[in-house]
Amino acid sequence: MEFADALLVSIVTASTPLLLAAIGELVVERSGVLNLGVEGMMIMGAVCAFATSLTTGNPYLGILAGIAGGAVMALLFAFLTLGLVANQYATGLALSLLGLGFSGMIGEHYVGTPGVKLPTLDIPVLSDIPVIGDAIFNQDILFYMTIALVFGVSWFLFKSRTGLILRSVGENHNSAHALGYNVNRVRLYAVLFGGVCSGLSGSYLSLVYTNLWIENMTAGRGWIALALVVFASWLPWRTIAGAYLFGAVLILQFHAQGAGWEVPSQLLSALPYLATIVALVFISRNRTVARVNTPSCLGQSFVPDR
Amino acid sequence: MRLEMQKRGAPSQVMSLMSPVLAIILTLITGAIMFGLLGFNPGKALYVYFVEPLLDPWSLQELVVKASPLILIAVGLTICYRSNNWNIGAEGQFTMGAIFGSVLPIMFPDFQNYAVFPIMLAMGAIGGGLFAYIPALLKNRFATNEILTSLMLTYVALLFLDFLVRGPWKDPDGYNFPESRLFNDYALTPSLFEGGRMHIGAVFAVVAAILVFVLFIRTLKGFEIKVIGETPRAGNFAGFSKEKMTVFAFVVSGALTGLAGILEVAGPIGQLRPTISPGYGFTAIIVAFLGRLNPIGAIFAGLLLALSYLGGEAAQVDLGISEKTAKAFQGILLFYVLACDTLIHYRIRIVWRNKLRAKEVA
Repeated sequence: MEFADALLVSIVTASTPLLLAAIGELVVERSGVLNLGVEGMMIMGAVCAFATSLTTGNPYLGILAGIAGGAVMALLFAFLTLGLVANQYATGLALSLLGLGFSGMIGEHYVGTPGVKLPTLDIPVLSDIPVIGDAIFNQDILFYMTIALVFGVSWFLFKSRTGLILRSVGENHNSAHALGYNVNRVRLYAVLFGGVCSGLSGSYLSLVYTNLWIENMTAGRGWIALALVVFASWLPWRTIAGAYLFGAVLILQFHAQGAGWEVPSQLLSALPYLATIVALVFISRNRTVARVNTPSCLGQSFVPDR
Repeated sequence: MRLEMQKRGAPSQVMSLMSPVLAIILTLITGAIMFGLLGFNPGKALYVYFVEPLLDPWSLQELVVKASPLILIAVGLTICYRSNNWNIGAEGQFTMGAIFGSVLPIMFPDFQNYAVFPIMLAMGAIGGGLFAYIPALLKNRFATNEILTSLMLTYVALLFLDFLVRGPWKDPDGYNFPESRLFNDYALTPSLFEGGRMHIGAVFAVVAAILVFVLFIRTLKGFEIKVIGETPRAGNFAGFSKEKMTVFAFVVSGALTGLAGILEVAGPIGQLRPTISPGYGFTAIIVAFLGRLNPIGAIFAGLLLALSYLGGEAAQVDLGISEKTAKAFQGILLFYVLACDTLIHYRIRIVWRNKLRAKEVA
């Protein structure tokens, strides 16, 4: 029983940052923008959250700083791709490289310093449920926020009028423009939301998951989150399944190493990346299913005619 | 206030040349501000970073040593990016090239003659090309996103190298350090000058740049790349195969990158180690864009980015500025490059709302 408890808690902890970043990117992509800079926004969120919580001693201020870090990066991306119609692929890459470089510079003084841990909020009674109690009802605020976000985004995209506008902008920006919607403004808000989510995800990594600052600590999680959006075929609910699947793979490697399997540790560490490739092949193989939910204008810039 | 974009009738020739220059100037200004905020004298910091390395013959050689892999990789990437194939896994292809190329000197150290080095180069190119073939194949067969697969494979390649040098390929006489045996003399990249650090990788880089440049402007394949990249539909009507182009772009770029990998390992390093690249594969993406996806442009861009690596080291030693600033600089530079490239196709006007009214009346 003890082991199942701990296993579940660790899987939830590994999955939450993936889920956070993926749900943010899902909204961005639904608006027709492909932001490949998730990794960069995430790591900036991580370093800002870590540095702020360490200097102020308050992890909640750290979260705010993490959000700000992700949002500023997202604004940069928006300025280039929406304002200056720069290529979204290249700009996203630039964002990732910039974030990795910049965070390394900011975080240099914090390497090896233990951080401030985000406290868990125990929900009485419910957290006493065996096995799942600890994993679901004795978590920190970011976990609860993540679950609320998935609910919220799902409702927003498919039940609210604004969500419908956002999706129409992603499906056909010319029609949305003709109907009088400001395409690039909608996209700006979507990109900002993505930045906030990635910032939160980074905060989770440095305040909960490792509680340390390590250079390049995102280790490709931003890219895995991007893959998750494809895996979920742009449907919010499916990101949960995807994120927990990947979280389980991430955790498997630690437990397999602990259990003394005769497998090189590097192979186990490569598992999440290999799993991502396999998952992408699996989901993209059936082209019709994969394309039904793909926003038609994904990755295309919009310049209104004058 | 808002920005108004006006499409130019034709791409601006002036801006094609000026946009990288403008981007560099803006990066330097940003750098000066950054150093000022960090509490350093901006003028002195920029001098140490970007001028001092050019004044000493040793570091000029080092500049070429660092620029060679960047150029070689970036030249391959121009083919990919021009044809709309987003290969961002060059770091992995570099690593795989280094591993494949090292098979001979590590597993057969007693095989020593003049054939060793050419075989290593061929193996390196094959290793990089094969590894780059995977995302191309997956893209063609299963419509997977090549950006994600090529990047994921990079992590796999880095872990594979780590496994090799800590496991089966660890030097038996190496006091348990995670390093392979040292390459024998026949397996080392020949220097260009007696006793110098500069090696024939520089020649490979320049030759590759020229060949790919000719490919772009003089051959049918070059035309095909242009058509498929700019108007895929037209390429379709012309009977050009997008699938074949994807394989071509990935394999050629992977092979050039693999070549860079084995040249680096057999050159400045001389053995396999857990880390063989300071992020060349990613920095080369910046080189490709700064060179405006032109192979000749990549030569100049490669030298500049190599300078940022050297400057980073110099600033660390002379002023105590973190070496990590180099990576930040490189990211900022790419941002400005992309922003300035807009000026080639668009005129940008800043419009204040009330002034717009006045203009319309006039």
